[in-house]
Amino acid sequence: MAKLRDESGFADADAFYAKLVEAHRDLDDAASAKLNAKLVLLLANHIGDIDVVDEALAAAGRPVR
Amino acid sequence: MGFVYPQYEFRPSADSAAAQPVRHAVVVIGAGPVGLATAIDLAQSGRRVVLLDDDTSVSHGSRGLCYAKRTLEIFDRLGCAAPIVAKGVTWQVGKVFHGPKQIYAFDLLPEGGHRFPAFVNLQQYWLEKFLVDRALSLPNLDLRFASRVSALEPHADHVGLDVETPAGKYRIEAEWVVACDGARSPARKMLGLDFKGRVFEDRFLIADVRMQAEFPTERWFWFEPPFHEGESTLLHKQPDDLWRIDFQLGANADPQTEKEPARVIPRVQAMLGPDVAFELEWVSVYTFQCRRLERLRHGRVLFAGDAAHQVSPFGARGANSGVQDADNLVWKLCAVLDGHAPAALLDSYDAERGAAADENIGHSTRATDFITPKNAAARLFRDAVLELAPHHAFARRLVNSGRLSQATHYSASPLSTPDIDVFKGGPAPGSPALDAPLKDGWLLDLLKGGFTLLAFGETAPELPDLPIAIAAISEADDPQRLAHQRYDAAPGTVYLFRPDQYVCCRLKRFDATAIRSAYARACGKEM
Repeated sequence: MAKLRDESGFADADAFYAKLVEAHRDLDDAASAKLNAKLVLLLANHIGDIDVVDEALAAAGRPVR
Repeated sequence: MGFVYPQYEFRPSADSAAAQPVRHAVVVIGAGPVGLATAIDLAQSGRRVVLLDDDTSVSHGSRGLCYAKRTLEIFDRLGCAAPIVAKGVTWQVGKVFHGPKQIYAFDLLPEGGHRFPAFVNLQQYWLEKFLVDRALSLPNLDLRFASRVSALEPHADHVGLDVETPAGKYRIEAEWVVACDGARSPARKMLGLDFKGRVFEDRFLIADVRMQAEFPTERWFWFEPPFHEGESTLLHKQPDDLWRIDFQLGANADPQTEKEPARVIPRVQAMLGPDVAFELEWVSVYTFQCRRLERLRHGRVLFAGDAAHQVSPFGARGANSGVQDADNLVWKLCAVLDGHAPAALLDSYDAERGAAADENIGHSTRATDFITPKNAAARLFRDAVLELAPHHAFARRLVNSGRLSQATHYSASPLSTPDIDVFKGGPAPGSPALDAPLKDGWLLDLLKGGFTLLAFGETAPELPDLPIAIAAISEADDPQRLAHQRYDAAPGTVYLFRPDQYVCCRLKRFDATAIRSAYARACGKEM
C-alpha cells in the first residue's frame, strides 16, 4: 500500500524549490551536505511514519534509467 | 580503602581419589559473575552443585563496572545485594556532551518507590569477592579453585569432564553442565562451536584513575571533546576514589604503545586539567565484537554470559545479560532435575535468552555504529544529530552513547499464557515483576520462593497440590497504592510469577483451572 505522497504537496511548488536551492547557494560541499542531513532528520521525524520513510528511501535510491 | 586480592586455596577434591568418575547433577564452569550467580542460585534452591574455576582469585582489573536495577534485584534474590549496593556507587543520571557543551541529560529511574537504584558501579573484583563470600557460605556449593576443565565429552545421559589441578588430573561426570567460562570460552572450543558476528575495528583505551575529584556521580559521555580531538570519551565513578575513563582511539592505534603510561598520562591530564593529581591504577586497550552462539543449549551443555554472547561495553549489557541468563536458566534446570518439567523446558532458555542476546547485540551494535561511524555519510548524519540535539527533543532521542541495560521482556515466550482479561497497565506475560514499596518491605520480597501466585485483595486463594507459593497484597498492605497502580490491580487480580520473577499469566479474577494450565505451560509441558 503506497503511503508516500506522489502528487505535488505544495500550493506553490516552484517557491519551495527555489527556497531549497537558495538555502545552499553560499555553502561549500561540506556545509551543504550537513544542511541536507539535518533537513532529512527534521523532516523524517516530522513525518514520523516508518512506512513512508521506507518508501521514500526506496524511491530515492532507485537507479536512474 | 583499596582492594586486596583474596587468594583462595586449592583443596584436592575427594572426587580425584574415586575409583570411578563421580557423577554430579550440575557442574558449572567458570567462577566469574555469571558462573557464581548460577551456582549460588542452584545451591540456595537446595541442589548440590560443583563450580570449577581455573584461577585462585577474582577478576584482575576492574573490567565489568555497571550493574543494572534488574541485576541488583537478582542479586537480592541470591542473598548478596546488600554488600554490592553498600560498596558500589549509585547513579541514575547520564549526561552527553558534544565538544565542550552539554547537549542532553537523561534520568534512568525518574520515579520513586523502587528498592534498588537504576545502576550501581562496582569494580568486577569487588563484585566477584562478594559473590564468592556468598558462595562459600552455602554448604551445597562445592567451589573448586585452580581446577581447569581440559576435556568435555558429551554423552546421551551425561557429560564427562577432565579437571586439571595442581595435584593432577581427575575425571568427573555431570548430568548438566553450565559453561560460564567467558568470551574465550574453552568449553565452546572443546565442543567445536562457531561464535559468529561482527568485529569492530576501533580500539578503545580504559584507564582506571585514582584521584580526589569533584565530578558528580553521573555517567558522562563526550562526543569530540576538546581534550580528545575527534574521538569519544566516557567517564564513570567507581568506589575507592577510582574513576573509569574510556577513550576511543580509532582503528589505527597501536595497542602496545597506547598502554604506555607515557601515552596515557597526557591524555588523562588533558581531560582533567593541569592541576589535578592522579595515579593510574589499571590500563587496558581493547577492541570488541558483537557475536553469539547460534544456540545456547547443546544437549546437556548450556552456555551463559560472555561464553554464549558478546557485546560492546556501551550499554553495560555484558555482565548484566549474563546474570540474567543465570536467573532464567537455574529454575528451569531445577524443575527438570526434580522431574517437574521435561528436558524440553531447557529449550525455552535458548528461546528466551537467545532473543535477549539478539536484543542486546542489536542495541550494542547501533550504539557502536553511532559512536564510531563507519563511513562519511554515517558521520555526517551522526554530527547532524549532535548539532540538532540541543534544540530539538527528537534529535536527543537519536543520540546513542549506549542504551543502558534493562531487563528483557520475553514477548514471544512459549512459557507465557496470553492475557484474556483486559489490563490497562502492569507487566504483561513474559515481563519481569515490578517492585513497589509495601507497608512491610518490598513487593519483590514476596517473590523469592519459587513459583508464586500474587493475589491482590483481602483473602488469598488456595491452590492445593501445586508447588506454587501464595502471597497476598491487601489495600492496607499498600498504603502508597503503588503496587496496585503498577500492576493495574483491583481486589481479585492475580499474577502468577515464575521463580525468576517473570509473569507467566495474570487474571482479573482468580480461576484455579486457568492457573493450573498456565503453570503447566510455564513448566514447558506444551513445548
